[in-house]
Amino acid sequence: MNNLLVLPLLIPAFTAVILIFLKERVDLQRIISAVSVFINILVAGIIVYQVSTKGIQTLYMGGWLPPYGIVFVADMFAALLVLIGAIVGAACLFFSFASIGEERERFYYYPFFHFLLTGVFGSFLTGDLFNLFVCFEVLLVASYALIVLGGSKGQLRETLKYVLVNVISSSLFVATLAYLYAATGTLNMAHLSMRVAEAGQGGVMNVIAVLLLIVFSIKAGLLLFFWLPDSYSAPPVAVRALFGALLTKVGLYAITRTFTLIFVQDPGLTHTLIAWMAGATMILGAIGALAYNDLSRIFNYNIIISVGFIAFGISVATQDSLNGVVFYLMHDMVAKALLFFLGGLIISASGTDRLKEMGGLIRRYPWTGWMFFVLTLALVGVPPLSGFAGKVMMVRSGFGQNHVVLALIALASSFIVLYSLIKVFQQVFWGGEKREEQVKPLHYKAMMAPAAVLFAIVILMGVGAETVNGYVSQAGAVLADPALYINAVMKE
Amino acid sequence: MELIVALAIGVLFSVGVYLVLSKSLLRILLGTNLITHGVHLLLLTMSGLKTGAPPLLGEKAEAYVDPLPQALILTSIVISFGVTAFFIVLAYRTYRSTGTDDVEGTKEERQ
Repeated sequence: MNNLLVLPLLIPAFTAVILIFLKERVDLQRIISAVSVFINILVAGIIVYQVSTKGIQTLYMGGWLPPYGIVFVADMFAALLVLIGAIVGAACLFFSFASIGEERERFYYYPFFHFLLTGVFGSFLTGDLFNLFVCFEVLLVASYALIVLGGSKGQLRETLKYVLVNVISSSLFVATLAYLYAATGTLNMAHLSMRVAEAGQGGVMNVIAVLLLIVFSIKAGLLLFFWLPDSYSAPPVAVRALFGALLTKVGLYAITRTFTLIFVQDPGLTHTLIAWMAGATMILGAIGALAYNDLSRIFNYNIIISVGFIAFGISVATQDSLNGVVFYLMHDMVAKALLFFLGGLIISASGTDRLKEMGGLIRRYPWTGWMFFVLTLALVGVPPLSGFAGKVMMVRSGFGQNHVVLALIALASSFIVLYSLIKVFQQVFWGGEKREEQVKPLHYKAMMAPAAVLFAIVILMGVGAETVNGYVSQAGAVLADPALYINAVMKE
Repeated sequence: MELIVALAIGVLFSVGVYLVLSKSLLRILLGTNLITHGVHLLLLTMSGLKTGAPPLLGEKAEAYVDPLPQALILTSIVISFGVTAFFIVLAYRTYRSTGTDDVEGTKEERQ
């Protein structure tokens, strides 16, 4: 029992409720939001420390023992993602201060922001599948509001699609839970894992596993990403960064959890399927990243490539590759948020989204330019930076487990990432300015500050990979051996 | 009993999917509603439709029906109600700003 576990969920929820009453006081809203995200980082840090010293932490809601009550579980995987999520959330909040505009701030931007964080942290920490569905809905409803807030024609159009896709996938999620409940009689993840192991994972269980995979793949943008490139181009940059860094990662977290804890008996079917989907995602994402000439779409397809890459690590499913998944997931959350921050700065500095109309920004914004260059190297996975360690672990065990083709696709996708982002760098920062008027972003320094913090994390995670790996391998150990998780939850 | 309800759910799903694939926004909305109905009915059916007292301890019955799916359905109903309300207003706003409820028509000409 550890009451601290519910705080990452309670703090943003409570903050959001308070902020609803302060609609007109934008300054107060900002102060309270800032305090709240810092407390959350602190709490997440303490949870990581506790998990690293005392093992998996659990909280039985209302004192009801599992499988009867809802249980919150923080193993190292969940704890690390909560910590990184809290840090990225804080950076997005400060980026919002500088970029979102008073119009939106007056219309409940910050409450929605905190409700989104509530859903994300809840999804990471919960140990119950129906509770996971509820947390998904909390973050999705907040994301509907954030994506449409402002109400331009483009936003309305994209929100319609986004809501429709998610309504369908949520219905599918509930239907799958109905089948799962009928087949096993429980919804607690640890208990499910035991029941599936007892019943043997054939026939019906495999169908349910594949249905769950489809549901989470729609959320994560794994192969079923048709909705993502357009939807993520609609909202303002701070919201895009939040979505790109957190939302698809929640789907990936759910896939990882499901296929390392519950459906582990028949990897020949489920993991092979994930492997195919991962390969196709990387290839299609790469095609998209090469095809377009506007910044938002190139970045969105880069999200898709990395989703495919992480799914590749999940499908290999050795301890080494699962370590890689955790490491790369953490790196990708930070790096994608930073990528969108810098993209937002570029777009507002050059006044256009099109690569062909940009140029010569390095003279006006050297810091942004070189930061973007180093970030590109980090995303590709050049050694001293954060993307390297995770990629190495995944690709290494991919070759070791005879997933040679897939590992080659993964390596090739890194080159595509390099090509597409260097193309952006070259066109945006080199050459001469192509537009007459020189727009100056309003709050340049205030936007660069959170970007600089994330940039520091990208570098520190790479340089201190040895230290980070201590925590990451603890997470990978639990993912590789579900018995550890089950014993921690069902010990009484 | 389960078989009949399962067939009914199948009809709800197929009609829902057909409506979601149509052009008019209002039909899509109705389609999602039918799918949600199907899902809730499925949740009730999959836990078994055995006879038993309503899950109230005051009934003092031999056997009760399973209370868990009912709680799950109740949760899912309010969630989908909230989302549907949002979706309807969104459709209304889109109609006001684009002047059409044809989904194909809301596509912007991309340069």
